[in-house]
Amino acid sequence: MSVSTLTTNASFGAATHLVCRACGAHAKLGADYSCWECFGPLEVAYDFGTVTRESIQAGPFSLWRYAALLPVPTDIAEQRNLAPGMTRLHRADNLAKALGITGTLWVKDDSGNPTHSFKDRVVAVAQSAGIQLGFNTLACASTGNLAHAVAAAAARAGQKSVVLVPSNLEQHKIQATAAYNGHVIGIDGNYDDVNRLCGELIGEEVSADWGFVNVNLRPYYAEGSKTVGYEIAEQLGWRLPDQVVIPVASGALLTKVDKGWREFVELGLVEDRPWRVFGAQATGCNPVAEAWREGHDVVRPVKPDTIAKSLAIGNPADGPYALDAVRRTNGAIGDVTDAEVVEGIRLLAECEGIFGETSGGVTVATTKKLLALGLLDPTAETVIVNTGEGLKTLDAVATGNGFSATISPSVDAVANVIEGSK
Amino acid sequence: MSVSVRIPTILRSYTSDQAVVELEPSVATLQGVIDALEAAAPGIAQRLLQDTGELRRFINVYINDDDVRFIDGLNSATPDGVQVSIVPAVAGG
Repeated sequence: MSVSTLTTNASFGAATHLVCRACGAHAKLGADYSCWECFGPLEVAYDFGTVTRESIQAGPFSLWRYAALLPVPTDIAEQRNLAPGMTRLHRADNLAKALGITGTLWVKDDSGNPTHSFKDRVVAVAQSAGIQLGFNTLACASTGNLAHAVAAAAARAGQKSVVLVPSNLEQHKIQATAAYNGHVIGIDGNYDDVNRLCGELIGEEVSADWGFVNVNLRPYYAEGSKTVGYEIAEQLGWRLPDQVVIPVASGALLTKVDKGWREFVELGLVEDRPWRVFGAQATGCNPVAEAWREGHDVVRPVKPDTIAKSLAIGNPADGPYALDAVRRTNGAIGDVTDAEVVEGIRLLAECEGIFGETSGGVTVATTKKLLALGLLDPTAETVIVNTGEGLKTLDAVATGNGFSATISPSVDAVANVIEGSK
Repeated sequence: MSVSVRIPTILRSYTSDQAVVELEPSVATLQGVIDALEAAAPGIAQRLLQDTGELRRFINVYINDDDVRFIDGLNSATPDGVQVSIVPAVAGG
């Protein structure tokens, strides 16, 4: 049940109600995330008015250009928020060559967001909903990137923040989050333990005015991920690519990119043509890839053990929906070892000058694997999504002190190093 | 045998708004706990279980720190003094 009620002037734009993705039951717009009938996840439903390419292009250079397609007030761009989005769609010819892709390859590089991951998008939409619903504090369960995004967004809006993360998270992510001076609470346990705790905190007195972006604000939060899909389509010149490879943690990003493209087709913003959705996981946390391989509709939870901590969700509740999207579009889901993840990070950096975090390494390495398995079409136009910045997961690629050599300040010494490396 | 069960907000209408219910189930399994819970809070079992009698897909149940899906589902042992926690599934990230 909702712990908060709608403020009288609450505005969610074209959103009309919440609908259960499992059983189809309806609920009012509010701080509910779980279906009253079956506990299935609730999703925002809309009554879109007329949305045109021109009306979108006339909007700001941020995800708020798609405000008419999100559960946010029409004046959202004037409010104090981080206005993320409109990250680069980077043509990746060198990487294409390295991977043996003869069709055009693009990298949607979401490390360009304000806190360097795609999480700024989902937080921006959830923060707006939280304000509409009267929550004073922005909170989350996080594998790191979300914590950073929540702490920064709250600071920008003058809100308090409480983020709960596994205590063994990468130090860089914890320190970056702590800079915004909110509560950063380390939990002795893995992400699934943190997520469970946040579920238990809903309705408790201590957290009564907390809007957990990925718990009680989750229906709104998840909608922010659609903008990755919208932007890819707009940046390609209002058309859809043949195939896309997306990292899978909860499965929400993959599901929502697919949803965003379906909406664009329904609104007549792009031509209706087939696209294929592919998912990427780390072998140390591959419950959705495993379910795909075995032909299962349900996802059996696993205990994560991988360097790709931002993808280390062992019990992904959106997994079944990710499976649906992948199967409907004739895609696939692959997984790669930690060694392959590191190789993927290096390949993306060497080929394209993009230093992705471990999830980016997962995506590049899985792309390579799916090509080798003949599941991805090397002749098709392909988009891969890099969801975060490599500086946040430096330990994954750190070797020694990073220097090629340490020498005296002399021309000869430099020459020796360079000659020696030939 | 005493077991405490943590009830999520969405189900507290069955427990007079109690967040934690203390039970004395006669069978020391999760199924036994759910049967005892149903006796104390009529109607709650059909919210937790599908018509087939299995746990609903979007409900997570923990015995102390362990997800029952990693143990033995409804047949998981619930010895004296354990805490059972019922939490609606949320996709994280």
